[in-house]
Amino acid sequence: MGSEKQVLTGARILWECLEREGVKTVFGYPGGAILPAYDALQHSSIRHILVRHEQGATHMADGYARATGGVGVAVATSGPGATNMVTGIATAMLDSSPILCITGQVGSKLLGSDAFQETDITGVTLPITKHNYLVTRPEDIAPAVREALYVAKSGRPGPVLIDITKDAQQGSCEFDFERAAPKMRGYRPDLSPANDAYDKALAMIAAAKKPVILAGHGIAVSGAEREVQAFAERACIPVAMTLLGLGHMPASHVLNMGMMGMHGEAWVNKAIQEADLLLALGMRFDDRVTGNLKSYAPNAKKIHVEIDPAEINKNVKVDLALVGDLRKILLEMLPRVQPASRTEWIERIHQLKGDTAVRDIQNLPDNGHLYAAHVINDLWHETRGRDAIVVTDVGQHQMWEAQYYKHENPRSLITSGGLGTMGFALPAAVGAKVARPDAEVWVVAGDGGFQMTMAEMATIVQENVKVNIAIINNGFLGMVRQWQEFFYERNYEATPLLNPNFAMLAQAYGIKSQAVKHRADVVPAVRAARAHEGPVLIDFQVEQEDTVYPMVAAGAALHDMIRRPSPIVETAEDE
Amino acid sequence: MLHTFVVYVENKPGVLSRVVSLFRRRAFNIDSLTVGRTEKDDVSRMTIVTEADPDQARRIVANIYKLVNVLLVDDITGQPALLRDLSLIKVGATQETRSQVLDLAHVFKARVLDIATESITVELTGGEEKVDRFLELLNPYGLLEVVRTGIVAMRRGAKSPTVASKAELTPASAEQSDSVSHSV
Repeated sequence: MGSEKQVLTGARILWECLEREGVKTVFGYPGGAILPAYDALQHSSIRHILVRHEQGATHMADGYARATGGVGVAVATSGPGATNMVTGIATAMLDSSPILCITGQVGSKLLGSDAFQETDITGVTLPITKHNYLVTRPEDIAPAVREALYVAKSGRPGPVLIDITKDAQQGSCEFDFERAAPKMRGYRPDLSPANDAYDKALAMIAAAKKPVILAGHGIAVSGAEREVQAFAERACIPVAMTLLGLGHMPASHVLNMGMMGMHGEAWVNKAIQEADLLLALGMRFDDRVTGNLKSYAPNAKKIHVEIDPAEINKNVKVDLALVGDLRKILLEMLPRVQPASRTEWIERIHQLKGDTAVRDIQNLPDNGHLYAAHVINDLWHETRGRDAIVVTDVGQHQMWEAQYYKHENPRSLITSGGLGTMGFALPAAVGAKVARPDAEVWVVAGDGGFQMTMAEMATIVQENVKVNIAIINNGFLGMVRQWQEFFYERNYEATPLLNPNFAMLAQAYGIKSQAVKHRADVVPAVRAARAHEGPVLIDFQVEQEDTVYPMVAAGAALHDMIRRPSPIVETAEDE
Repeated sequence: MLHTFVVYVENKPGVLSRVVSLFRRRAFNIDSLTVGRTEKDDVSRMTIVTEADPDQARRIVANIYKLVNVLLVDDITGQPALLRDLSLIKVGATQETRSQVLDLAHVFKARVLDIATESITVELTGGEEKVDRFLELLNPYGLLEVVRTGIVAMRRGAKSPTVASKAELTPASAEQSDSVSHSV
């Protein structure tokens, strides 16, 4: 490109800069303070997707980022437009998802005057962004955009917000893309472990008899999927996945035990509790995966491989920390790790697994009831082997999806883990589909969460985004109901939902739809949805008071699980 | 125990609130915080004193480093360093007690700034303990008004941490690596 200079308005510089940085699509909603930028969009090749609520724009940007690893971009106006982004920004922050939010702001002379639609959005989002900028001059737009994209993506990724005053968009200045390259004085995203840490880690791994790898979201962030698998194979270490780790190692892999934690597989949690070494790779020991910290993996030495030094010893005290990029660290260790077989330990894990499998609701004969597990299982059967992306919301269906959909590919599950944001699925799926138009995208959402952002059905129709929507409809805020069942004496306060007719609602938006009440109708409905060219909604009306098992109650030890009651399967022995 | 951090930050609007917000958000307690200019126009310097165990202190440093405008964090706890707290103290002093108060001020090398019929105002600079002891001794005369700046700190000796100046910067895409040892 050289460093040719042009005089452009701030608004045009914004798009020009994004375009040159490789941004192809933005998700947004116009308004007064961002209008100059929208006016300048006519000069840009960037695709704008018009959302129905700014929260949707942020989740779409997030879904876009998670589907590709690139930065997703959301645009909104000042005041309410900006504050509507807060939930999406916090969601991206807790799941380390790189998104860039661009907000319009009142003119710089009006800042601080409580002008119409003025909100101090850099102040509001300070604790939920990785960094944010208030830009009041056109000259500062290009450096802010380039730096923001770099910050969002590098190190531990996260959301960045740029608030641009209206006069900065309207004013003109010389634009020089090259000179706007980020020059950062303090920010140091590329840490690496000291050399002796590798030797210590390798010695600890060699000495371990019962090691477990805890595999998290950091694997995808670092692009270390192959390295993790190779490392697990070479050292023969079984792998437990966090919710956001699912898919980063194939579910069918012999060493992949499955999900750990509150609704993890019983044998996985037991294996962790029995382990003598935990090798945590790109995960942060969230309270949902550890259970009670006092009794967590009491016999295990712990090695934490993590890019963010602030995560070390935050929740779980570790014996050794390797701070840096996971892939680089594994590449360093791979040639030096001792091959092992650990037959006794593998045997023991099979033993632990043995009794759990028979409790599976999948083994139930068709008794006329439709269970969410059946829906998920059939959906998995129908879409397996394809490059399908499942985007889940938050609640029971999210856990059932994690348990019954066997993810084989990285980035094939997109879900709000850390913040647990209901309403995430539909908009995030839009982002995922736009990012990867070749992929088959399924929304799996509960009837509660779906209604939080269902206005985005209009977006998928207007923007012609082919996603399939599976509502797991049990007429309850199911996970809350489950907590009420276990911990509040079945006092179902404020959890039963009187729902609209979802199929009719979808039709009103111009979306093909059907309701499914019987197990036999699940597969035909899924097939019909896949065959249809446009978006499809299926309202799966499932058993109302079904429960996610196993469950580690909040604050309980990880091995202290509430199990599926034994009468369901005669052969199961309850503990 | 009390930890003292010297934090070098870019002199930009809003940086102080980023640092303070971090302490609030992570529930770290600030005992005192001072901020001021340095020998470089574009660098501000904070001295933060906070209650923390060694592991917390390490995480505080790591968290402060996550703020993009932070250039350098130096935990000088237990290091040879100069720690100074400046205070203005207005103490009750009548004709009978005035000379006693002045004597104390003299012993502590406090500067007398103002003498009125019922009060004396002095300035004292020193380590926190010295100021504490001085206040304790003045207490019987009646402390009318006290203001303390909080600690400012500097390592002893010629060696100072270096903070990159703007001119030396290369574009951020060039990979810089820092080695961190985290054997715990």
